[in-house]
Amino acid sequence: MNPQKTMLKAAVCSQEQIADQIFSMWLQADSIASAACPGQFVSVYSNDSGRLLPRPISICETDKEKGRIRLVYRVAGKGTAEFSGCKAGDCLDILGPLGNGYPLDRCRADRAAILIGGGIGIPPMVELAKQLEGNVIAVVGYRDELFLTDELALYGKVYVAVEDDGLFQKVQTDFGGIICGTVVHGNVLDCIRENHLNADVLFACGPTPMLRAAQTYAKEKHIECWLSLEQRMACGVGACLACVCESAETDAHSQVKNKRICKEGPVFAAEEVVL
Amino acid sequence: MINTKVRIAGVELKNPVMTASGTFGSGMEYSEFVDLSRLGAVVTKGVANIPWPGNPTPRVAEIRGGMMNAIGLQNPGIETFCARDLPFLAQYDTAVIVNVCGHTAEEYVEVVERLSDEAAVDLLEINISCPNVRCGGIAFGQNPDSVESITREIKRHARQPVIMKLSPNVTDITELARAAEAGGADALSMINTLTGMKIDVNRRTFALANHTGGVSGPAVHPIAVRMVYQTAQAVKLPIIGMGGISSAEDALEFILAGATAVAVGTANFRNPRATLDVIEGIEDYMCSQKVEDICSLIGAVR
Repeated sequence: MNPQKTMLKAAVCSQEQIADQIFSMWLQADSIASAACPGQFVSVYSNDSGRLLPRPISICETDKEKGRIRLVYRVAGKGTAEFSGCKAGDCLDILGPLGNGYPLDRCRADRAAILIGGGIGIPPMVELAKQLEGNVIAVVGYRDELFLTDELALYGKVYVAVEDDGLFQKVQTDFGGIICGTVVHGNVLDCIRENHLNADVLFACGPTPMLRAAQTYAKEKHIECWLSLEQRMACGVGACLACVCESAETDAHSQVKNKRICKEGPVFAAEEVVL
Repeated sequence: MINTKVRIAGVELKNPVMTASGTFGSGMEYSEFVDLSRLGAVVTKGVANIPWPGNPTPRVAEIRGGMMNAIGLQNPGIETFCARDLPFLAQYDTAVIVNVCGHTAEEYVEVVERLSDEAAVDLLEINISCPNVRCGGIAFGQNPDSVESITREIKRHARQPVIMKLSPNVTDITELARAAEAGGADALSMINTLTGMKIDVNRRTFALANHTGGVSGPAVHPIAVRMVYQTAQAVKLPIIGMGGISSAEDALEFILAGATAVAVGTANFRNPRATLDVIEGIEDYMCSQKVEDICSLIGAVR
């Protein structure tokens, strides 16, 4: 299932800040770009030998022609702060593609998918929206600032939920052109309900409360649903058992009720996992 | 022509470099990056008589120059291990060392007996030093009398030579080493992780769900080298040294301090090919320093 993984020294092609603490970086990573599927991630290693664990970062986009991948990530600590300071020409060791991505064949041309993204869970939805053959409806939730909204709009209809009062006012006036339906002051599930959105399958990535809500919603509505999970990782390849999640059934590999997010995931069928 | 072969309790290793238990699974995941046949040995993650679910997450945290873990010895149990992991490892031309864990002496013995007929297993490593499980593990490893008695009990049932893995979370590790020797151990491995704690100041809580965890990585290297040196003076048993090895130089320090072999652990997470880099680096060192036999380096610094 997992395609060939490679470790390589990737040159930074470009880096820009696209929101508060959110950065977008294109890396030259030919073998990873050619193997990567939407929803997979890479391990990014610090150039500081004192920081030894890789940072798992989802792949936002791949450019298979140029052999590049794009990472959109939040600066959450010293490691990601270092990455955000990298300029074109700098190099970072990366390993990937890791994990299993979203099952694209669950949304062929005659079907519709809702892509649910919350905060820093939004980036992998860009490549997913690009590659799905069916009708794409992106429902994205932001706390205090919009990012990637216009890029998602290139591949489908975009609906937005925002939590912050100030942002709610601003979005109403500034983003009329690209956002469909009603901007909802609340969470992504409120947005789906208020805009009466329907689909054959849900694909979600974001904070755990959001994933839990998506899981519950899908179960109530009997809609197929796939969730991308996150956890602190060490090896990133399935050996160390750091990044497990609880599973509904006994897992074939672990023989207990948990699964490795880096290996069996990060994307799981909603009914497989207990959140 | 240089000789990198070493012997641990009568088992020949093609070179002194093995993997540290818990960092390498049963080799399957890392076999995408490393030809396991190039390793002196693969040391498996600890296996118990039945599947263990391990600790809640988060199970790992980074520290400056290292990491902490509290995995809690999650493992699929001995039956799955024998059916799936051992046949996988048997395909490779490397020694197989199975790390054994348990909550009670009976549980250790059950695993040891189950492995006695498995021809693929060259050595047993007994984990009496895991800091992340409440009973078993370190509970056996901090008291000389219990180390001696569990070693004797395991030796009574084991078909393969027995390595006792020691905890550094003691006042004098040589006392525990002597106790293992008195109990009939064939070799020692050291050190397991050092118990530590990390606090997330932003969330104002523990970084690990288990509150405490085992510290590993370059930060612990000098402590481990010191303990191996002290133990090498105290017992006659061969020692497998580990703790923060990420280069040949780190590994050679252990060998010069008295270790017959070494294990690479946390470094695998930074570099999946770390074991191979250490092996190649040792060979380069031997060529440039004109060392014909690696055995001449063992304990050479006194």
